[in-house]
Amino acid sequence: MFSKFTDSDFNHYSSLFPGRVFRGSEINEDYCHDELGTAHGTPDVLVKVLSTDDVSKVMEYAYGRNLPVVVRGSGTGLVGGAVAIHGGVMLDTSLMKKVLELDENNLTVTVQSGILLMELAAYCDERGFQYCPDPGEKSATIGGNISTNAGGMRAMKYGVTRDSVRAITVVLPSGEVMRFGSKVVKNSSGYDLKDLIIGSEGTLGIVTEATLKIIPKPEHAISILVPFRSMREAISTVPKIIRAQVTPVATEYMSQDVILFAEEYLGKKFPTHDSDAYLLLTFDGNTREAVMHDMETIAELCLENDAIDVYMIDTEERSASVWSARSAFLEAIKGSTDQMDECDVVVPRSLVADFILYTHEVAKTVGLRIPSFGHAGDGNLHIYLCRDGLEERVWEERKDRAFAMMYSRAKEIGGLVSGEHGIGLDKKAYLLEALGERQLEIMRGIKKVFDPKGILNPGKVV
Amino acid sequence: MDILVCVKQVPGSSNVKVDGKTGLLIRPKKGNKLNPYDLYALEAALEIRQKTGGKVAVLTMGPPQAKEALEECVWMGCDEGFLLTDRAFGGADVLATSYTISQGIRKAGPFDLIICGKQTTDGDTAQVGAETAEHLGIPHLSNVIRVRDIAEGHITVDANQENMIVTVRIALPCLICMESEVNTPRLPSYRRKKATDESVIKSFTLEDFEDRDPSHYGLKGSPTQVQKVYPPEKSSSRTMVEGTSSELSEKLYSLLSEKKFI
Repeated sequence: MFSKFTDSDFNHYSSLFPGRVFRGSEINEDYCHDELGTAHGTPDVLVKVLSTDDVSKVMEYAYGRNLPVVVRGSGTGLVGGAVAIHGGVMLDTSLMKKVLELDENNLTVTVQSGILLMELAAYCDERGFQYCPDPGEKSATIGGNISTNAGGMRAMKYGVTRDSVRAITVVLPSGEVMRFGSKVVKNSSGYDLKDLIIGSEGTLGIVTEATLKIIPKPEHAISILVPFRSMREAISTVPKIIRAQVTPVATEYMSQDVILFAEEYLGKKFPTHDSDAYLLLTFDGNTREAVMHDMETIAELCLENDAIDVYMIDTEERSASVWSARSAFLEAIKGSTDQMDECDVVVPRSLVADFILYTHEVAKTVGLRIPSFGHAGDGNLHIYLCRDGLEERVWEERKDRAFAMMYSRAKEIGGLVSGEHGIGLDKKAYLLEALGERQLEIMRGIKKVFDPKGILNPGKVV
Repeated sequence: MDILVCVKQVPGSSNVKVDGKTGLLIRPKKGNKLNPYDLYALEAALEIRQKTGGKVAVLTMGPPQAKEALEECVWMGCDEGFLLTDRAFGGADVLATSYTISQGIRKAGPFDLIICGKQTTDGDTAQVGAETAEHLGIPHLSNVIRVRDIAEGHITVDANQENMIVTVRIALPCLICMESEVNTPRLPSYRRKKATDESVIKSFTLEDFEDRDPSHYGLKGSPTQVQKVYPPEKSSSRTMVEGTSSELSEKLYSLLSEKKFI
């Protein structure tokens, strides 16, 4: 097992990083859980790091002393991934916000891993570029996004975080600093360790810097909000959209009940209440004509498939009125209940409607309110189980039953446990269930190669 | 009830920059859009129509392409549009603009209620609504935040007058200017776009007006002469004030007085 954290350990770190090392009551309670707050654990020490070198020094000592280490960015995770369940050292990367390089010729930006998604987006936007991944949680760090391979709302056209990471600087548990990947576009040079680190939730190495792919910002974008008479009609149109010769940037599904939560949460009305089920699609491009052509192609397709209407969102103000609601869904559902848990399942895109209908069935069977929304275009759903004042035992029982039913159905239809939030602590049992012992064994073997002492984010993922 | 909403087509980005040397507007690549403030006026009109029936018309003054703004209003639910377009209207200041609009309203009307937005994102004067009402000789009220009641011959509204909300009953016909953010404007419908017939937009020129004297319109009818256009000075200098709450309020008061802000 791990060594007990001592005064001498604290003194060592304090001498290395004066003013940036905290313990006991100096550690804010926020560091003891993540955004969803199901898992709790108090680190023995919190170290606010500023550079790769800092991280390397922390790890070299922790490795020698056999101390567990958990990395934390903004703490916006939803599966208990960045919670120090074994105590030990918590590395806070939130001060590592520097943009190290903008390479306009190779279209890359190199940043420290603590920069927030919204800060990176603003930096690129001001210079006429776009970092493509667009996860809903804009105050997450890029390091956090890389650790879970976050997807977001532009995945349909531009892919997920992994598709936009060219290279990463990684500190191994021993403190060694490695550079995986490079600015190159193609790579067939041995095992891709960069891609192995992406999505490994801080269990293999600590990402301190990342070289990210950017694109010249598309000049024009237009969204459409499409009301349908039912969820099935809305979602069964999605495979037809996928087959059309147009690739929307985003294809989101939203239902009236979730929109109403967002209205209440934001104190702002949504522009329409025509229907119970909506698709929200965005198109972008470099000429207005091309974007309008794409929009009209899909608008016609939606109308042919019995959409009630197609509303056009073509200005900053209209975009804000709709997308601000979409971006607030998670917080809005959270605000509608006393406690919630989530299922970030991903299923084949043709079966999204079936799966959502199944969640309605689960809700009735187990007696829980289960609102959902999601990325209909990529099959990734965000399903929320709401406690609504149930007593602890009943809540746990019903929640477990609902999760078991949903993950089991997802497996049956070829889905996977997590689309973008990761496994962390909360979803480990379901990962084992979905992938089986042999695959987990391979993963544990990989973990052992990177982290032979098992000190990095112990107890998570595998 | 027949309602008219006055709208304007403005540059597509609200962040319009001015060339410091030439004084010319740097037009953004995004083209033009409907003035965002007018959307609240439109929504208010469409909500009144839902209750009272009647029609909602829109009117704008501008070059021929300003027709796009009127079409967009029709896609949002308006019944018809009036475009006031003539070379003689070009270069108009607030006085000439509001006079032109009042002439257009006389031609297109009559209307029971005229609704304007608070201001535009390009001109920013927030005076055209009130001056139009003066030219028409009808009552008007600005900063309207809510329409409380519509009855035979009058309308009751709430208006935000800086330090108080006033509830005012106004005889019809009248003109009101809606505050921003008082409702959520509906979105333009693609179905309505497809179904819109060109004939719902009518164009009027100087020849169609009661007053056809060109000296009342455009640059000739504008007493305001723009000498120079330049971007506002930007300063990021900061003064930090420290002390207790009462010391801070004293220091802040004397600082602001010194700079003649208060």
